[in-house]
Amino acid sequence: MGLLSKKDSKLILDPLADNNPITIQVLGICSALAITAQLKASIVMALSVIFVLGMGNVVISLMRNIIPSKIRIIVQLVVVAALVIIVDQVLKAFAYSLSKQLSVFIGLIITNCIIMGRFEAFALGNGPWRSFLDGIGNALGYGVILIIVGFFRELLGSGTLLGFKVLGDPIEKTGLYSIGYENNGFMLLSPMALIVVGIIIWVQRSRNKALIEEN
Amino acid sequence: MALNTDKNSYTIIFSVLMVLVVGALLAFLAQVLKPTISENQRIEIQQNILYAMGVNNNSEGSVEFVDANNAGEKFSEYIKKQLIIQDGEVSEDDDAYLIDLKKEQTMAKDPSYAQRLPLFVGEKDGETFYIAPVRGKGLWDAIWGYVAMDKDMVVQGVFFDHKGETPGLGANIKERFFMDDFEGEQLFNDAGNFVGIDVAKGNADPKNMNKDDNEVDAIAGATITGDGVSQMLKKDLKLYVPYFKNLKN
Repeated sequence: MGLLSKKDSKLILDPLADNNPITIQVLGICSALAITAQLKASIVMALSVIFVLGMGNVVISLMRNIIPSKIRIIVQLVVVAALVIIVDQVLKAFAYSLSKQLSVFIGLIITNCIIMGRFEAFALGNGPWRSFLDGIGNALGYGVILIIVGFFRELLGSGTLLGFKVLGDPIEKTGLYSIGYENNGFMLLSPMALIVVGIIIWVQRSRNKALIEEN
Repeated sequence: MALNTDKNSYTIIFSVLMVLVVGALLAFLAQVLKPTISENQRIEIQQNILYAMGVNNNSEGSVEFVDANNAGEKFSEYIKKQLIIQDGEVSEDDDAYLIDLKKEQTMAKDPSYAQRLPLFVGEKDGETFYIAPVRGKGLWDAIWGYVAMDKDMVVQGVFFDHKGETPGLGANIKERFFMDDFEGEQLFNDAGNFVGIDVAKGNADPKNMNKDDNEVDAIAGATITGDGVSQMLKKDLKLYVPYFKNLKN
């Protein structure tokens, strides 16, 4: 990591694994459950959150010395809301069918606790560059989990990836389907997302003993 | 810099400035993107109408419209005529699909105004479809749709959409399992009276084998949205009955 100092690269890498917002801090779960039935929606949601959290952290960090502390939460809300409206409008203009599909969930980025959490915990006390890295890192950590969950749910639930029939055609009975394989429709429902997230947490903890709290 | 951010006057000035800046920024963005967004919405209407008459890229279980890039082309290929029915008079208008049903319904509250009713005549594989738009109320917000019928007003296909129904419950009116049930359903009862199609709970026919019962199976947990669909079909399609009566004679 020649580009970033050791401290800076930690900001990006930590949330990807050892301090992942979803699997370790268990934040932002609702959107992770709701939109991961398809890989494409997961990727767009991840990109939107990367944009909102990266930009938002920079804006809040730049304003951190002039924000009146009495109304700082409202100021944070206004910044997230404005950024989310920008994402929503841009999607409506350039990826209309996708924005229909994501419908309320784009608006719900506002309520994603990861975002307000990073503003409050990091951007208010650090410079813009470090805040930017922290925002990108956390959003990436969130996005990685979203994409992993979306990958398995779409593959096992619909037998497709990004809409391509990778396992063969279920109606024509080609590929895997010719030997009696069936899609698991249950994978498309929200409860399975929770189970997939649970499996990821289990795998991560079994590989990294440092994450297991001692009681 | 000794900026006292705790003073009340500072807080007020800050919030006023923040609202002005953010408001101006978003208003500007909305203005810039407006033409692109309304173009997308226009294409969506064409896709919806085509979907109702069975021109779509559906695969198993999922709703797929015709490609947005050639929706306009397909629309002029399959939709042979666009009609506006007003006060019993029928006229042709190639922009009938752009009529804002919400506005028409509001204006029709004034009894002296005769509501303009758009009707699209489509042809596919030698069969003629009559597609009518409908609009009503769901649980949270507006619901609307397009109903394709044959000349006897037997439903051939529908498309429903909504503004803000609950995901997983009311929002499922735009899913295949719900919409496909409407195919072949009768809008008239055995006695020949217009009764619409009831989205019925406790339906004795959940697999929808009986097409003559004027009923489809409701979605569990979405009673009010389902009632809204029944209402919308009954109220809006009834307006078209005189036209279809004329068509037969």
